Amino acid sequence: MKQFQSFVIKEFRQIFRDRRTMLILLVMPVVQVLLLGYAIKTEIRDARLAVFDPSKDAETRRIKERFAASEYFILTEELTRPEQINDVFKGGDIDLVLVFGEDFASHLQHDGEAAVQLIADGTDPNQAAMLTGYASGILADCQAALLENYNAPFQIRANVRMLYNPQSESAYNFVPGVVGLVLMLICAMMTSVAIVREKETGTMEVLLASPMKPMHIMLSKMLPYFTLSVVNVVTVLLLAVFVMGVPIRGSLFWLAVSSVVFIFVALALGLLISTLVSRQMSALLVSGIGLMMPTIVFSGLIFPLESMPEGLRWISDFVPARWYIAIMRKIMIEGVGVAYFFKELGVIVLMAVVLMAAAWKNFKVRLV
Amino acid sequence: MKDSVIYADGLTKRFGLFTAVDHISFEVERGEIFGFLGANGAGKTTAMRMFCGLSIPTSGTGRVAGYDIASQPEEVKRHIGYMSQKFSLYEDLKVWENLRLFGGIYGMRGRKLARKSNEMLRDLGFEAERETFVRALPLGWKQKLAFSVAIFHEPKVVFLDEPTGGVDPVTRRQFWELIYRAADRGITVFVTTHYMDEAEYCDRVSIMVDGRIEALDTPRNLRTRFGAETMDEVFQQLARRATRQSD
Amino acid sequence: MAAVSATHLSKSYGKVQALQDLSFTVEAGELYGIIGPDGAGKTTLFRILTSLLLADSGTAEVAGHDVVKDYRAVRNVIGYMPGKFSLYQDLTVEENLHFFATVFNTTIEENYHLIADIYKQIEPFRKRLAGKLSGGMKQKLALSCALIHKPEVLFLDEPTTGVDPVSRKEFWNMLLKLKRQGITIVVSTPYMDEATLCDRVALMQHGKFLGVDTPKHLMEQYPETLWAVRSDGMHRLLGDLKAYPHVRSSFSFGAAYHVTLGGEGNPEELKAYLETRGHTGVEVYAIPPSVEDCFMLLSKNTGDER
Repeated sequence: MKQFQSFVIKEFRQIFRDRRTMLILLVMPVVQVLLLGYAIKTEIRDARLAVFDPSKDAETRRIKERFAASEYFILTEELTRPEQINDVFKGGDIDLVLVFGEDFASHLQHDGEAAVQLIADGTDPNQAAMLTGYASGILADCQAALLENYNAPFQIRANVRMLYNPQSESAYNFVPGVVGLVLMLICAMMTSVAIVREKETGTMEVLLASPMKPMHIMLSKMLPYFTLSVVNVVTVLLLAVFVMGVPIRGSLFWLAVSSVVFIFVALALGLLISTLVSRQMSALLVSGIGLMMPTIVFSGLIFPLESMPEGLRWISDFVPARWYIAIMRKIMIEGVGVAYFFKELGVIVLMAVVLMAAAWKNFKVRLV
Repeated sequence: MKDSVIYADGLTKRFGLFTAVDHISFEVERGEIFGFLGANGAGKTTAMRMFCGLSIPTSGTGRVAGYDIASQPEEVKRHIGYMSQKFSLYEDLKVWENLRLFGGIYGMRGRKLARKSNEMLRDLGFEAERETFVRALPLGWKQKLAFSVAIFHEPKVVFLDEPTGGVDPVTRRQFWELIYRAADRGITVFVTTHYMDEAEYCDRVSIMVDGRIEALDTPRNLRTRFGAETMDEVFQQLARRATRQSD
Repeated sequence: MAAVSATHLSKSYGKVQALQDLSFTVEAGELYGIIGPDGAGKTTLFRILTSLLLADSGTAEVAGHDVVKDYRAVRNVIGYMPGKFSLYQDLTVEENLHFFATVFNTTIEENYHLIADIYKQIEPFRKRLAGKLSGGMKQKLALSCALIHKPEVLFLDEPTTGVDPVSRKEFWNMLLKLKRQGITIVVSTPYMDEATLCDRVALMQHGKFLGVDTPKHLMEQYPETLWAVRSDGMHRLLGDLKAYPHVRSSFSFGAAYHVTLGGEGNPEELKAYLETRGHTGVEVYAIPPSVEDCFMLLSKNTGDER
């Protein structure tokens, strides 16, 4: 036990002494989250709204007035033909187009339901998501007002359509993604490099020739990076909640459990890599290209998984971050209970166990 | 200035407060084998770097092959050869690929390069190793090859930094025979070593202590002066005076 | 009981035979030198004995423990200093020593007497990072770390390679003191002159021992008379010696050539011959062979170049 303790102390000393790495480890996540946070925080006011209204009745006029009165929108253009919709977006003159169905008021009165379409420019998904959000809010207000007037169950069906990026990843979704990415980076990359460095400098040779148990060597390498990762998760989440106003709607307990499991997955991956390579450079390359790229590409962080070809989606099933990010989204944004992400959690638990076993089995008690 | 190939006058190199090389002055003539001895940390490597045009002296003058080491380092590099125990050849290239590479660096190509390469491999008895990867050669062979490559372009001076460390006794002597042959062709050889018997093979030897040259003479004269049987004793007597602790 | 015993150890890497059927024993309390050039197989041998590598065939025991089956036990009783400086460069002198003490389940205080002599020399720098030490001091620290748990057998792989003659001498003095404390020491070196300081030496080349003996005995066994030859023109002398028909071998050795003569040759004739070739100040006198002479003779007898 004293050996283990002493090893952990040594490990921390080395980490703290390497100021540059330390800075990267602790500051990078903050910077990443803030950068993304800044993008989200840009408030939208006076967005330019165009309307295509073939009905031109009392209800549509009332709705248009509400939009015009809102601080978010300025009604800049009335379109006369549907073809104009594409043109105004291409020209970049308009941020959101509100399209009413034909005979809006009569549909509303006779069928109890009328359709409105919101069209936004999806190339900037953050802005588009926010605009449609505001617009939907205004439409909901209108509906509430109608209900009072008519005493009948009316529904205005808002049909949101994103041009150019139909999935419209909500900006909130980035936060869980960044947490996943950062953990992968710190745990896997740093752990593998830390072990391989001992091989490269020859200290592993001395350690192996000592009574130190291989298990202890592994564990004492994991502990410091585990601690750092926990610190990182907490900072990122604090930032997300208090600086960027991303909610944590679900259970903090399950969020912590999932994060710990995911950290173990990443640590185990780092250990596994360290057993396979003997140079720090290769460790960096393997964990960098071998882990970072798939994590970015296949985790749904940037590219929506739904729009991937089946083959690639199949690959993404093997990317741990994909499952973790899904859990985080469910907990933080959707706020659903454990029953809804039981499968995802199960997958990463399984991954943690398998990877840890593989690393343990691969760790050599002798030099190669 | 006479026919000296290496010339140093008050050559000094300081790193901050630390004087690594402290006013060294000497001359080495054409075709001379000059042994440059000193304990670890005495300043040998720093001095060698200056002579190779890799480090600018803080003060003093130095000329190598007729070029000023401070103002004409590129000319210096073109007219010297360099070989060390640590870096000599590319291990992951074949023997002939190394020859082509280093020949090419010094502007040799085509027929001339091929002819010189063949000559060299024949001289070394390495013809069968043309296609061998350098990493597969025994250390002694590597070092012999590296030396031949270092003088491939017929430099005026060749700098050898511990060229024989770890080499087996027989090959080590063969290596020195190569040095003799180069010196006979008029190439000046500037060599550092930790083998004190090798100090005896030099025409003249300097011993550096704490950045200064404490003794410089032929091995025989040095032995007489210090009343010693071997160069090892001379070295022990001088180097023990060192007060400097770190590298 | 033998401190180290090896039987028929072989190890190869691909086509290269690093160790070829090696058998030997090191007695407890011995200072045992393995002398050989780079690539002789010394490091491979050390790694097998320290349980870090598995031999292809053969067995080895250290302090009575099998290096494969009881590798844990072996690791408890050995001290090992690899050829490359293997301490944490980003930890201080003191931190390194403390770390290795705990790794071996001991404390600095417990065995301080063992390292006191060596450690005192670097103690003034105990707050300095190990990476910032000079070569000689690094070596002393590495030795202290390898000794801190009072090992029964100390394995030192080329501790003096690249070290200047003064520091080398100091280092060997430390080893002699440790030997007096009863520690068995197995040390390898490419410097033949260090062999005389060992109790017994094994001369090693191409994965084989050319001979194992006490240095004294080894030199006495030298089968021929060795002549030192000098003249005023040493460079030229080598060629002339080689041209002389009765010279069987001639090697430069410091200020003289070491020469053995075949059947007909005798020193007076050699001297006369050299003088006819225009040499002045010719001296030919018998000298006792050194370990290096023995090594070269033995390595020639084994016959292979590689």
